[in-house]
Formats: sequence, structure tokens, C-alpha cells
Amino acid sequence: MGKLQDKVASITGGVSGSGAATAILFVQEGAKLVLVDWNDANAGAFIDELKGMGGEAIFVKADVSNEDDVANVYKQTLDTFGRVDILFNNAGIGAVKPTEELTFEEYRKTVAVDLDGTFLFAQYAIKEMLKTGGGVIVNTASMYGWVGSPGSAAYNAAKGGVINLTRSLGLEYATRNIRVNALCPGYIDTPIIPEDYKQTLRDVTPMKRLGTSEEMAKAVLFLASDDSSIMTGNSIIIDGGYTAQ
Amino acid sequence: MSKRFDDKVVIITGAGSGLGEAAALQIAKEGAKLTLVDLNSEGLEKTKEKILLVAPNTEVLLITANVANEEEVKNYVDKTVEKFGRIDGFFNNAGIEGKQNLTEDYSSKEFDQVISVNLNGVFYGMQYVLKVMRKQGFGSILNCASVGGIRGVGNQSGYAASKHGVIGLTRNSAIEYGQYGININAIAPGAIMTAMVEGSLRQMGGDNWEEVGKEFVKPNPMQRFGRPEEVGYVAAFLLSHEASFINAAVVPIDGGQSYKY
Repeated sequence: MGKLQDKVASITGGVSGSGAATAILFVQEGAKLVLVDWNDANAGAFIDELKGMGGEAIFVKADVSNEDDVANVYKQTLDTFGRVDILFNNAGIGAVKPTEELTFEEYRKTVAVDLDGTFLFAQYAIKEMLKTGGGVIVNTASMYGWVGSPGSAAYNAAKGGVINLTRSLGLEYATRNIRVNALCPGYIDTPIIPEDYKQTLRDVTPMKRLGTSEEMAKAVLFLASDDSSIMTGNSIIIDGGYTAQ
Repeated sequence: MSKRFDDKVVIITGAGSGLGEAAALQIAKEGAKLTLVDLNSEGLEKTKEKILLVAPNTEVLLITANVANEEEVKNYVDKTVEKFGRIDGFFNNAGIEGKQNLTEDYSSKEFDQVISVNLNGVFYGMQYVLKVMRKQGFGSILNCASVGGIRGVGNQSGYAASKHGVIGLTRNSAIEYGQYGININAIAPGAIMTAMVEGSLRQMGGDNWEEVGKEFVKPNPMQRFGRPEEVGYVAAFLLSHEASFINAAVVPIDGGQSYKY
């Protein structure tokens, strides 16, 4: 029996990178999945892959910063599975640009996806979890929610917001059996990082390597399972030691 | 199904009771060979009995030692390598609370004693275990700090200084050894119902300690004490390969206490 046997889990940004690695691990651990992404290009093939592993999974296309889309995700989730036990609030975008060149529109888009989207998904999940007696939310923040860096003001502000949203929701629902924690990844080896930049990032990380999507997935599973039953409001840094330097 | 600690060797200090015992039980269930260290040999025997009930085939080495004594630390590391040939995980957990007092009344002898066990003991442990792990090119260390190592609690000068120190040591050494395939983290347990916390409540409330405990835990967001096994699960995760990119992290296990203002 898996650690998430028969739990219904929704994963935003669930078709690529750490979201997809988590989807695979969750299916192995017995969960039923709702994968959410704005990009549906590989969604069908990925859902087929998960079903081939014996999993139950649906895909819902959505812009996480659009409340109508979020409402639709939850409608489809309830129509299909009747409940939601786990939310991995993982969708995010970056805007790497000097602040003087960043448009307000780009800033707002980044904050809308990274922070508003996290809030909206959590809010809808909490409403359902309160009806069924509880649940678990895992947010993807970033090590750049803990520390600053030049050229990424919007992303860093949004991720800092995710960390304190996590603390606040964790405290608000601590006695109602909804746990809310976050992961703060450092440099993870995903297609978002250009190949020729990877060595630079390895060199600046104390472990002298990048993290893997599978390592992220293992940490998400830990926070989504009863193994972390006493933890809430927490943000775990998973960065190979980068921010402790 | 393969388990996370199949064929792995894990040293746990302070294994004769509380969080060390809970971690030992969890990690034994998951297949590890264990070296258990404690000052209290009776406690060690009891932990071993409990382990053999849940995981009868576990190989266990018991070593009675004072972690504040460098020679004794070197000895438990040497004996582990002699018997098992390697060290995959090290739960550097032994600690004492010390007698509670206002800072002005906190005796310097008490201060030295708490620092020598909680901070020097953790340092010696890392030092000797790291020599082995660096040669191997792998390993995970988990130091036991405390919510009292993140926030002020009061009446615990020695404990607070030592546990804040453990977090500093963790970050320092994690940065040094990440490049050798070794990750080092700390946990910060809050109010977990162990014999040490019971003792602490007795210092506050005497025979009335259970009532004091109820009051004490009221401000906790989950409004309950943690159970030792809940720390055991987290310790097992952080010492396993599943947490291999988590390095220099300080993980509170406190029902949200350390984030509440």
C-alpha cells in the first residue's frame, strides 16, 4: 500500500519538471491525480503514461491566476473524484530582467501566477478540505523567497509572499486538520535552466551539483504524507546548501 | 519492496529515550543496522528490546558513552566502523535541558555542563563521523537543535545558547562538506512529549505538571504536543537518500510554533 493510497491530489504545473516527477511518484504511491497546466502540449501523452503505470489521472487546462479557471479545475475534480485531499501548488513563472526594464504588466503577471495562483488554489482546496475533514497543501516557494537576488524582483517578491502565505495558512488551519507547508528549491536540473549555464550553477552550490526533479518529488511526498504529520507553516529549503553560505 | 535503510548503517546518540529512541525504532523498521549511544545503559537496553519487537533481525550495537567526552565519541565512531564497516547516517541527537533559571541566577557550572553535552558533544560527533564519511564520499548527518535554537523561550540560557550553536555548526559544516556528497541538516523539535519535556514541565509545575503542560501547549497552533514517533518519521526522511539535496536546512517539527507571532 502506498503512502498516498486512494488520496486525490491536484498538481499545478503538473505536466513538466518537478510537477511531472511528483505526479509519477504520487501514482506509484497510490494517489489519483488532477494535473493542471496552462500548456496542454504534452498533457495527453503524459496522462497516458500515468495510466500506463496503473494510475487514475485527468488533465485540466487552466491559467492558475484566473479564478474562473480555478473554479473549473475544482468542478472537474469533484465531478471525477468527489474530493480533494492533497494540493501541490507548484505552477510558477519567472521574469528575469533588470527592474528598470521590467514592465508593470510583466511584474503583475509574475505575481499573479506565482502568488495569486497559489492563493486561489489553496482557497478552493481549503473549502473542500474543510467539508471532508482535512487535507494537505504543499506550495512551491523558492530559495529566492528567503533571500534576495538582483534582476528578479517580481519573482522574488511573489515567492517571499508564498512563504508567508504558507506560514499564515498553516497557523490558520492548524486545529482543523489542514496542514500547509512549502518547499524552497534552489537550482534544480530542469529544462528551464539553459545547458550552458548549468555548470555555473553547480559551481556556486555547496554540493557542487544541481538538484533533480526526483529529489523535489521525494520532498513533496514527505510533506504530503503522514510522515510530516506534526509539521505545518513550514518552508523547507532544498538547495544543496546554497542559501546557508 | 526495498526499504529506505536496507543495508545502511546509522549511529544515533541519545538513543536511550525520547527522540533518539523514536528515530531508532523508525529507522530499524526501515532496515538499518544501528549503533545506539547513550549515557544511560539501561535506557539503551530498553530501546534495543523495543527495536527487536518491531524489527527482530536488526543488528544493534549499544555503546554507553558521554558525548561530552571526546575520547568516548571517537570510540563510538571507531567501534561502529569496526563492526559495520561504514556510516550512512548519523543522528547527532543527545542533549540535556539543564536547570531552568533566570540568566542572573543561571549557574556557570550548569551553563558549561549544558554546552558541553549539547554543543561540544554535537561538534565532536560531527568531527569523527565526518572523517569517515569524507573518505566514503557519502553520508547524511542530522543534528538535533530545537525551537529553543530558533527563538527565545526563557529561563534556558545554556540550552538556548547550545541549540542556537547547533544550528550555526550545521550551516557551517554543511557548506564545507556538500562537495563531498555529504548533507548535514538540523531539526528543531518543539513541544514533543518526551521524558525531557516532562522533566521540564515538572520543573515548572511540580506534581501539577500535566495541568502546566495543557496550558503550555495551548498557544501551539495545533494545540497539542507532538508524539516522539512524529519526529522519528521526519528524522528518517532527512537521513534517507530521499532528502539528498536538502543541505544546511533547519526543519522545525513543532506544529507551527516557531512561525507564530
